[in-house]
Amino acid sequence: MSTPITDAEPPHRFDSIREVLAKASEEKTGDQLAGVAADSEAERVAAKRALSATTLETLREHPVVPYEDDEVTRVIQDAVREPVYDRIGDWTVADLREFLVDERTTERDIRAIRPGLTSEMIAAVTKIMSNMDLVLATSKMEVTARCNGTVGGEGTLAFRLQPNDPADDVEHIIDATREGLAYGVGDAVIGVNPVEDGVGTVTDILEATHEFIEEWGVPTQNCCLAHVTTQMEAIREGAPADLVFQSLAGTAAGNDEFGVDVDLLDTAHDLAKRRCTSSGPNVMYFETGQGAELSGDAHEGVDQLTLEARCYGLAKRYDPFLVNTVVGFIGPEYLYDGRQVIRAGLEDVFMGQLHGISMGIDACYTNHIQADQNDIENLAVLLAAAGANFFITVPMGDDVMLNYQSNSYHDAAALRQIFDLDPAPEFHEWLERMGVWRDGKLTAQAGDPTIFT
Amino acid sequence: MHTPDTDRTDTNRTDRTNRTERTDRTERTDRTDRSNRTATHAGGSGPVALPDGGTDREPPSGIRSPRDADALERLIERNPSRLGVGRAGPRPTTETLLRFRQDHGLARDAVLTMVDPALIDDLDLVTVRTLVTEKDEYLARPDLGREISEETATSLREQCRVGPQIQVIASDGLSSTAIETNLPDLLPALMDGLAAHDLDVGTPIFVEFGRVDVMDAIGEELEADCCVILIGERPGLGSADSLSAYMVYGPERGAPTAKKSVISNIHAGGLPPVEAGATIADRIAEMCEHQASGLELTEDDREFQK
Repeated sequence: MSTPITDAEPPHRFDSIREVLAKASEEKTGDQLAGVAADSEAERVAAKRALSATTLETLREHPVVPYEDDEVTRVIQDAVREPVYDRIGDWTVADLREFLVDERTTERDIRAIRPGLTSEMIAAVTKIMSNMDLVLATSKMEVTARCNGTVGGEGTLAFRLQPNDPADDVEHIIDATREGLAYGVGDAVIGVNPVEDGVGTVTDILEATHEFIEEWGVPTQNCCLAHVTTQMEAIREGAPADLVFQSLAGTAAGNDEFGVDVDLLDTAHDLAKRRCTSSGPNVMYFETGQGAELSGDAHEGVDQLTLEARCYGLAKRYDPFLVNTVVGFIGPEYLYDGRQVIRAGLEDVFMGQLHGISMGIDACYTNHIQADQNDIENLAVLLAAAGANFFITVPMGDDVMLNYQSNSYHDAAALRQIFDLDPAPEFHEWLERMGVWRDGKLTAQAGDPTIFT
Repeated sequence: MHTPDTDRTDTNRTDRTNRTERTDRTERTDRTDRSNRTATHAGGSGPVALPDGGTDREPPSGIRSPRDADALERLIERNPSRLGVGRAGPRPTTETLLRFRQDHGLARDAVLTMVDPALIDDLDLVTVRTLVTEKDEYLARPDLGREISEETATSLREQCRVGPQIQVIASDGLSSTAIETNLPDLLPALMDGLAAHDLDVGTPIFVEFGRVDVMDAIGEELEADCCVILIGERPGLGSADSLSAYMVYGPERGAPTAKKSVISNIHAGGLPPVEAGATIADRIAEMCEHQASGLELTEDDREFQK
């Protein structure tokens, strides 16, 4: 006979939606550092239970940062399509979870409720889902986006080629680009993080990558991940950019730390639509990551998963081509180890896709976090199974400029082979023409960067 | 946003890796104890001659028949990234894979090991500890690494001179290797440099489990005019020995990031430690002269804070 031990537990009381959301999160050092995490596993489960019985209407009516105080809240709330919301407002969070994992629920069914969801609702359901729930639900969703190429189509998996160089040397950047293309990488974007955030550097990088793309007829897009204002200035002066990039936060205060607000992003989007060299229609690229708000002391007492969801709510306003979480970059005080990184990676990609944005991931780690390459290879396998739109890849997993490790060009080829996934369609055709990829595998000459000299 | 703290990694893009050092560090692998390796036929207990685990070989290109061998050689030669590594199917070659693991192992060791106490004794430093009790806690709780207990403060006031112009502090931070490699040269050079500027220097301190801002707490307790902390930076995959010097004029708990100055990338392949000692001393003299630090002091720091 078993004893119902739950009866012996003292009842847990939660005073606000913000509190119950925070305490329902899986364990993360960032929430502990912020002082918002559950004090015990019992309290965590009690919060999950309370959250599961909460209606979507309650979540809609209690955004974690007040509407009047925060423009991210306003963007999310104002984007809700009311008739769709009216249909699902009385669902509990548990109902939403069971809808998502139900075998009868299809991609079309999920698309039908998506405009009625807020970021808080999506964060809530994520907190009561297991890792396999997240993989299963993500695998049902298909979000495609088109710039020069198309990402997110069924049966495809794309990769960002990240040829960073510690001296912003364009010759080095093009060398690392050659290497990546020789492994079939680069269909999501050839995206460079500059060391120096200046118009001159950004222009040099955009011109070099653009010229290379033109010379070899690569059906992809370039991007230089400087601050958005630097890119805007470069573009106004004629620099060839296919995408405009910016890091986002889930609160107005967090975005202020990044030096952006909705007005500025609106202006950037408008400029990108008129001045980018790509065919579009999707011309924006965003990066996010759990913990960014706390690191800028802009978390407003909200847990990092919920804030991450709000980033996607903001990103959605701009119909981005790419959004990725940079999941293990921020350090062990936010995501402690491989276990927390893997969980956060699954959560983020699921939440992004449920928002309806083209979601990928930089599965990565720094050298002071309790994780290694095996952890991010695990995460990559899980998210390839889940159907993430794209991954970041760097030469041999080692980014010598940002000083962290991510997936490698080799990982890209292996993931496509394991899961029988193709590159983006335009890029796929080009890779075959270049003799890099055939019958779902690398060719004999693949891996040789001098193919492109 | 850019904060001069070793626990803040999100925009640390200045710690440039010097990849040419990689071959030097391979010697480390030879130190590993191979005496316990076993042979299977002897029931797993007898000795057997195994290949040397050292990796002083050059990494092979891994590409058997490149289209342009000369171009490939040039590309490998000029790049700090791991290019031209070739493959075994869709995976890296074994040599490339193990070299990567070796570099990560060195970085992890630098983060997780403590500085050799003999080195601290040799340099005659007063050792204290922050509120952190072990490495795991150090990594997860940067706030605890910025503060000392009341007992520690009392003991510091007993062991160290109170009210110096300059308080020098060293701390393991995120790389014990950085301290072990650089401090024996850096500290004497810094002390000489400060003496040359006729500055009054207090009792040098070593802080275990320290974050950059622990200098605010220590400086406040010891009533120093100015504090400098020499601290190990988060290791890169190819460089585990980079150290930075952070400085503040008028240290007090909660002093904002904007008040901090920094000289970073101190290691043999960057700013060499002996040279760094003089550079730091000059900067401190400048801070004392202007009674200011960080944003208030220089254009360089203005760029750094962005």
